[in-house]
Amino acid sequence: MTLPAYNFAYLDEQTKRMIRRAILKAIAIPGYQVPFASREMPMPYGWGTGGVQVTASILGPDDVLKVIDQGADDTTNAVSIRAFFAKTAGVATTTRTAGATVIQTRHRIPETPLKAGQILVYQVPIPEPLRFLEPRETETRVMHGLEEYGLIQVKLYEDIARHGHIATTYAYPVKIEGRYVMDPSPIPKFDNPKMRNSPALQLFGAGREKRIYALPPFTEVVSLDFEDHPFSVQRFSQPCALCNATGVYLDEVVTDDRGGRMFVCSDTDHCETRQADGHRGPGLPQTQQEDAA
Amino acid sequence: MYVAVKGGEAAIEKAHRLLADRRRGERTVPALTPEQIVGQLSLAVDRVMAEGSLYDSELAAMAVRQARGDLIEAIFLLRAYRTTLARFGVSRPIDTAAMRIERRVSATYKDIPGGQLLGPTFDYTHRLIDPAMAEDLPVEEPARRPSSEETALRVTDILNSEGLIEPDARSESEPGDLTRDPVSFPAGRDLRLQALARGDEGFLLSLSYSTQRGYGRTHPFVGEVRIGLVDVEIDSPELGFAVKLGSIRVTECQMVSQFTGSAEEAPRFTRGYGLVFGQSERKAMAMSLVDRALRADEFDEQRLAPAQDEEFVLAHCDNVEATGFVEHLKLPHYVDFQAELDLLRQLRRESHPLQHEEETQEAAE
Repeated sequence: MTLPAYNFAYLDEQTKRMIRRAILKAIAIPGYQVPFASREMPMPYGWGTGGVQVTASILGPDDVLKVIDQGADDTTNAVSIRAFFAKTAGVATTTRTAGATVIQTRHRIPETPLKAGQILVYQVPIPEPLRFLEPRETETRVMHGLEEYGLIQVKLYEDIARHGHIATTYAYPVKIEGRYVMDPSPIPKFDNPKMRNSPALQLFGAGREKRIYALPPFTEVVSLDFEDHPFSVQRFSQPCALCNATGVYLDEVVTDDRGGRMFVCSDTDHCETRQADGHRGPGLPQTQQEDAA
Repeated sequence: MYVAVKGGEAAIEKAHRLLADRRRGERTVPALTPEQIVGQLSLAVDRVMAEGSLYDSELAAMAVRQARGDLIEAIFLLRAYRTTLARFGVSRPIDTAAMRIERRVSATYKDIPGGQLLGPTFDYTHRLIDPAMAEDLPVEEPARRPSSEETALRVTDILNSEGLIEPDARSESEPGDLTRDPVSFPAGRDLRLQALARGDEGFLLSLSYSTQRGYGRTHPFVGEVRIGLVDVEIDSPELGFAVKLGSIRVTECQMVSQFTGSAEEAPRFTRGYGLVFGQSERKAMAMSLVDRALRADEFDEQRLAPAQDEEFVLAHCDNVEATGFVEHLKLPHYVDFQAELDLLRQLRRESHPLQHEEETQEAAE
């Protein structure tokens, strides 16, 4: 028996070529879901196999990789995927958004605006924005082909009729360049505006569902809404308890069993960078000089 | 202070160290060897090879050991290795009529040419836990029939000679491979059979059971189940003839199902087909029932039941996909949950402003 040996970034070159072809097609048709022959990966389906395959196919030896989950670099799955590429590709890794050439993410877009030349790779569980309205792939492909998106508008309308608001808070559907309705992966709708006209390339990989789609740089991305119920994002009434940032997405942290809560940046790199720059939030011990900022 | 759980590489490393400890168990007890697993847990190894779709008993045994006996985890290990292997050719179709048979039973005939051979079966055992299993008592050598080169006619061939059953579908085209090309629907029977052969035994068992209880009934009879060794041959263009690579053990089930006919054709039985690596009668039978149910369109049957729905069955029969996606729910989802919390609080504020105020006050007290 020969013991297994693996290629640079795990996948064999033929598989990478197949995935790159799918990526190129996806870039050529923004928002269109390109089927690809997804491989079994050494981590489970649903844990980022689509994103990992996309990253493995675009990674070169000179790339600097950042991996986040829920906006954080130190969540277990982000640590595991970063270690996977450090081991199989030997690439440099970073937690700094600005210093990365490839950023693989689950559920967030970094707060620091992305630049030209950077690639954001999203892990996607269910790529089909119409899936929970129509479970059949044969049907939804026809609906996309005919641009038949009435059903999704009806769903949003029913939310308003029932709750007074659109009740979709994450994986909020977007329309790409006036053509395809796309699932932005389960990012909070707070992040939707960051997708629009981004100078970075955005790639979406769904391993179990075997789909790749893309947003080339400077693509028009519109969150679906109504004239009288325009799209809006979450607003937090308080700043980050650690770095005092406002206008960022915050995680609610339960601090005790008596209802104590604090709100901190979901983007750990953004928060740490701000703290290093001297910003101090109300949740930190106030022993040091308060005017450090 | 900031109490959020931090993962971190150190924690993962320690978790894996603990896992290795639990896998090994009590150190004074000798470790299992792959040979022991292949030899004494052979049906577990067979299942891992079948659903891992890689015929390698040694690797499968290592996977079973590494997975602490969790067979879906072992299947996953084997799959993740298989996916990195180059596919260098396509074998000739195996000839199950030429099988060296260990077990072969038919429910449609009392006796058949070649005989009914019970082989190593649990059938007709009484399921009483045997006290001998607590010890290592000597086991009798099995009785063996005199070896013969004779092969046994397949029951479907017997029926086919009278034209009573649909014949084998013949095709010279290379079958599809869902591990190399994305599946689109309708998938075609070759891909369906591949998906079912790799599919989860439990899922297919329950689906096939549902067809017996009226959800897509097919009136099945076991034409034949046979288990044994078949040769795998590959065409060699350089030599101009087929070369034998080796033998594999497979289980084949031919299910004879309700007849159909039309204005042009006389009525005849239809078939469902099951073929699985190793010895797995349950899986092969379930597969053949589901295969037949999925052919509803071919016979103008109404598709009403889950087992008749190709997209439903194929999209959900793979246990590596299913376990991954179900278990991914334990990954952190706090960003999305925060978004839901935020909306829910807003909706509650708006719908019952007074009550909300009281609750908030109570919580603060």
